[in-house]
Amino acid sequence: MTTIPPKTPPQTSPQAPVEAPAGMATAPVAASRRWTRETLIALTAFALFALLPVLAAGLEDTFMVFFAIRVMVFAIAAVSLSLILGFGALVSFGHAAYLGLGAYSVAILAEHGYWDVTISLPVTLLVCGLFAAVTGAICLKTRGVYFIMITLAFGQMAYYTATSLSAYGGDDGLTMWGRTEILGSGMLSDRTTFYYVVLGVLIFCYVLARMIVASRFGRVLQGAKQSEMRLRAIGIDPYWYRLVAYVIAGMMAGLAGALLANAAEFVSPAYMTWHRSGELIVMVVLGGLGSLAGSIIGAASFLVLEELLSHVTEHWRLIFGPFLVLVVLFGKGGLMALIPGGRKND
Amino acid sequence: MSATLFAVQTLNGLQLGILLFLIAAGLTLVFGVMDFINLAHGVQYMLGAYLAVAAYAVTGTFWGALVLGLAGALVIGLLLEVLVFRHLYDRDHLDQVLATFGIILFLNEAVKAIWGSTPLTLPMPEVLDGSFELMDGLLYPVYRIALIVAGLAVAVLLYVLVSKTRVGMLVRAGATNAPMVAALGVDIRRLFMLVFGFGAMLAGFAGILAAPILVVEPGMGDNLLILAFVVIVIGGIGSIRGAFLAALIVGLVDTLGRGFATDIAKLALSPSAANDVGPAIASMLIYVLMAAVLFFRPSGLFPARGG
Repeated sequence: MTTIPPKTPPQTSPQAPVEAPAGMATAPVAASRRWTRETLIALTAFALFALLPVLAAGLEDTFMVFFAIRVMVFAIAAVSLSLILGFGALVSFGHAAYLGLGAYSVAILAEHGYWDVTISLPVTLLVCGLFAAVTGAICLKTRGVYFIMITLAFGQMAYYTATSLSAYGGDDGLTMWGRTEILGSGMLSDRTTFYYVVLGVLIFCYVLARMIVASRFGRVLQGAKQSEMRLRAIGIDPYWYRLVAYVIAGMMAGLAGALLANAAEFVSPAYMTWHRSGELIVMVVLGGLGSLAGSIIGAASFLVLEELLSHVTEHWRLIFGPFLVLVVLFGKGGLMALIPGGRKND
Repeated sequence: MSATLFAVQTLNGLQLGILLFLIAAGLTLVFGVMDFINLAHGVQYMLGAYLAVAAYAVTGTFWGALVLGLAGALVIGLLLEVLVFRHLYDRDHLDQVLATFGIILFLNEAVKAIWGSTPLTLPMPEVLDGSFELMDGLLYPVYRIALIVAGLAVAVLLYVLVSKTRVGMLVRAGATNAPMVAALGVDIRRLFMLVFGFGAMLAGFAGILAAPILVVEPGMGDNLLILAFVVIVIGGIGSIRGAFLAALIVGLVDTLGRGFATDIAKLALSPSAANDVGPAIASMLIYVLMAAVLFFRPSGLFPARGG
């Protein structure tokens, strides 16, 4: 998989067609095989999610459904981050801000009596899109370490702003007394309905992200990751492509935030701490960079691991921290590389 | 908004600026020389404070705590460098971010497991316990003045070290073009280990200085780390001079902003609205400042690297 940006300048193979993006150019067959595998893994994941409530009903385990909702919400956020991190090499360390912004948009509207999805959905997307457009326009002027630190700083800005919103609970957060309504109906209050709505949104986001990655737009984004100079040489300015991708990712994460607020019927600044942003990156990398299905698996594994470890000891981070260091040092390609069918060297 | 209050807030701002400088100095050198992003630098600050508290329990004096705390911070910094960080220099920034994030999780939790999550305090040294009159009716604690003076002294020392000595020359050369310095026969790895240990010690020093006036608790370094990032970005990566000026600017803007934003907002808004809006604006100020600096100078005020 051509996931990790090469340290050495990418070599052009002489037989490669000049206009095709470098990642796809040398091995179109391998690329299509990779996508078939990706599709199979994603379909398996969706099927498992779809069957889970039935299984949980059989086991009379309500926690499992709650937990799976959480997993799917974070999977949406991870897919959105994967879009810019895995395919655009934009290491955004402030992605949790959009979770929070989405959640707060829904909760603040609810606080003022606007419960319907026809209002809260457009507002959420608008708020997150605007924040992403303004901060992204500044962040994307920079590269490398600067980009990481600036996205982090803007994430913190959103966090501190939320903590100082004393009218909406400040540090303590804000309780939503109910869930978003769909054209006046409170159907989301039913747990199973809500579950499948979240699953539907996850599938929608995944398919959308796949389409974006496969489009000309997505190819430019991946091309910019490999060589910005070459793109410029053929007359494409990657800045605008990156900015649009950044905005789309922000809106998608905002959607996840809106669902998170509904799932918990509560929002708090804790949704957008920089630790959360770090965890989102961990999910994407754990699953495997450059794979959208991998991000879903990464989110699920992260949350399951967190849940299991926290049963073992209250200080589960003592185990998770070193584990993360080991994954970085030795685990190339993430969990996707462990699933059979992938090519070993690419 | 009286003159006395303004003077106090300015001094508090300087104090925050000094602490930020001590943290940012190590961070900016590490970035500059090895292009290494170390999120775990904030925990070094926290460890300094905790080690000092632990050392105080043993030695019973602030000065003993200071010396042992510094030594401990240096040892842990070097240990982390040898065990983890040196394997990451050739990796991309994403790997560095993740691994150092893992270290933050580990060390924050370790501190919680060892010392508990209740805030601790470090008593002030008796010599500096007291306050004196700065101007009419304005008493200011001696310790806080001493903190500012100590920080300024370190800044001067660092300046001399970096701009007048041979090691400093190598560090500056490393920040400008590390491969070239290595090509000229300098052991860049050892140089970096030195810089890294020194930076860790400076962050630990900041933690020890802050311990008597702020609470010592797990995660106390996280917020300062992010402020230190802002400082580095404004000052320009790799530049000590930039870090110093930017730290003072950020410290002053943040403190004065928090002190007076509500009052200023009251000029334009109703009192209740101002009470809501003021703190929100105050917490955004330094980020707005950073955005503005970057907009006009994408590499910060004093970029060390050419081009």
